[in-house]
Amino acid sequence: MEDLRFEHSVSARAGGSRTSAIVGVVASGNLEVLVERVLPDTECAIDIKTAAIGFGEVWTAVIGDFVERHSPGGLRFSINDGGARPDTVSLRLAQAVRLIAENGQ
Amino acid sequence: MTAPLKDITPAERARSTSFYEASARTRLELLLDAGSFVEFIGPEQREVSPHLKIFDLPEQFDDGIVVGHGRLDESPVFVAAQEGRFMGGAFGEVHGAKLTGLLRAAREIGTIPVLILFDTGGVRLQEANAGELAIAEIMRAVMEARAAGVKVIGLIGGRSGCYGGGGLIAGCCSALAVSEPGRIAVSGPEVIETNRGVEEFDSRDRALVWRTMGGKHRRLLGAADVFADDNVQDFREAALELIGLVGTFGLDKLTAEQERLADRLRRYGACQDAVDIWTAEGIAHAETVPELPADQFIALADRIGRTSRDAR
Amino acid sequence: MTLDEILSSLFPDGHEVRNDKGVLLGSTTLRSGANMLVLGVAGRTALGVDEAIRLSGHVLRSIGRDSGPILVLVDSDSQRMSKRDELLGLNEFLAHLAKVLIHADTNGRPTIGLLYGHSAAGALLATGLATRVLVGLPGADPAVMDLPSMAKVTKLSMEALEEKAKSTPVFAPGLSNLAQMGAVHMTWSQDGSLADQLEALLADMPAVRDGRDALGKARGGRLKAADIAERVRDLALQAR
Repeated sequence: MEDLRFEHSVSARAGGSRTSAIVGVVASGNLEVLVERVLPDTECAIDIKTAAIGFGEVWTAVIGDFVERHSPGGLRFSINDGGARPDTVSLRLAQAVRLIAENGQ
Repeated sequence: MTAPLKDITPAERARSTSFYEASARTRLELLLDAGSFVEFIGPEQREVSPHLKIFDLPEQFDDGIVVGHGRLDESPVFVAAQEGRFMGGAFGEVHGAKLTGLLRAAREIGTIPVLILFDTGGVRLQEANAGELAIAEIMRAVMEARAAGVKVIGLIGGRSGCYGGGGLIAGCCSALAVSEPGRIAVSGPEVIETNRGVEEFDSRDRALVWRTMGGKHRRLLGAADVFADDNVQDFREAALELIGLVGTFGLDKLTAEQERLADRLRRYGACQDAVDIWTAEGIAHAETVPELPADQFIALADRIGRTSRDAR
Repeated sequence: MTLDEILSSLFPDGHEVRNDKGVLLGSTTLRSGANMLVLGVAGRTALGVDEAIRLSGHVLRSIGRDSGPILVLVDSDSQRMSKRDELLGLNEFLAHLAKVLIHADTNGRPTIGLLYGHSAAGALLATGLATRVLVGLPGADPAVMDLPSMAKVTKLSMEALEEKAKSTPVFAPGLSNLAQMGAVHMTWSQDGSLADQLEALLADMPAVRDGRDALGKARGGRLKAADIAERVRDLALQAR
């Protein structure tokens, strides 16, 4: 297992009022993303535990692209990864943001 | 053109969602009254298995089981749903303890039913001793809850089936609903083949697996009382039906179960295959049972299938 | 110890326990005058549908007719792994046996398991682990999962597994590991009289409430189970 952490400054707070959401499952080629609204509005953090070692650069690119597209201000993402492909990671991150952007708890 | 999502009623969504394909969380969301589910020790608590890191394996924040409280047709229920894709839905220390705690509370309250959405290969190998003991504790907690008047309903239709100790817990439940892909057994096909050889059981013969362990056989045998089509709405309706049917537990149920199982051995103990059992049960052209669509099968099962009602 | 030695040491005044193809059925009168129902699996016999139905029937016939504690002797294989057993619904037969034992225990017939040989998986769940107190005898070698099978599934070498087993009791076979989990309450000495140790246990039976998770926590084998169960229980009681 390998632990990775990314921190980004972002321009806008993520929409919605939910405080947390979870998508995905930990399985081969899949991952779970837990997202929590716990940071200041202009910060975003992503913690990753991955079974696939040595993919730091790929993660850097995928996360950088995601943060730029979605501006997930105030959100902390915690990822348990079973070795998912970059497109699956991007999909789950987008689903997580969409879910927490809903109104509710 | 498909209708916008917001115009679909929850029941329509549940009807069009495969129970087999859905995640544990989606099953609960669609099974219960909309928006009623409240989770206990959710993923944000990060109560992961303390043992998987010994094997350098990834953890899941809910350890593969979602437990909580919700409403079913406005009545309160406790629910537990296993995630069959994480470690095969297997029972580990934390995973099992969540269900044990839920059952203990249900016992103390006495009136709120418990729905268990099984999806498990049995004991989690990497924490085998803790998982085995967790299953023993759950079996005892199920029986103590039932003795206190709680209805414990098992719903079985997930991709990992209900194997190993999961099959024993299912056998302790007040009643079961099962769909065709919802296999129930103790030893899985691969386990039998590994230990006894391919002549005993060919695990690659999927038709053999389905007719020996699958939902249709379990329904005809009387191991499950309701056969559900593979969608979440059918399981919701099955759960409601079973909650309405189940009576109070007592020694009479165990005496009747002894007779029910002994009778099964007398009638079918010499049968070589599920088709022989179905034929002995009086089904003409029993070999066509696996191909029957759900509605026709349910009609057949209601006419011919046995029941474990009041005998489990 | 052999089964005969165990039975003689447990019941020096005699007993009526018969071994029929690995299925033990019978009863005895304890020195206190109390009746004790005895059942079990011997000779490392696999527990299948045919064995399980006889064992559960033995207990059910005794409920309501007799009184006194129930002893379950265990030296079994795993559950019988066969097409026939699964075809006939082995999970129901094993669950039924466990249910009958649990019902007896919670209705005035305290149950004790005595693990004196092997056992595994579903067979252990339906017998020893379905009793209130599981006692081990030195030399017992339960294995929920055997290391060769684990090596196959985890793709780790036997050496690597054996090394890991030294630092954690959570997966490796053996009586002491199950004891640390809280599954085995105590291990008796085979030097002293088993009858004396049985009498001492009967005079001081633990409460009927399942305390195995607390035991596992106290022994450092299962640090999370008791707390997680308690937290869920509390949350569920508040949610009603």
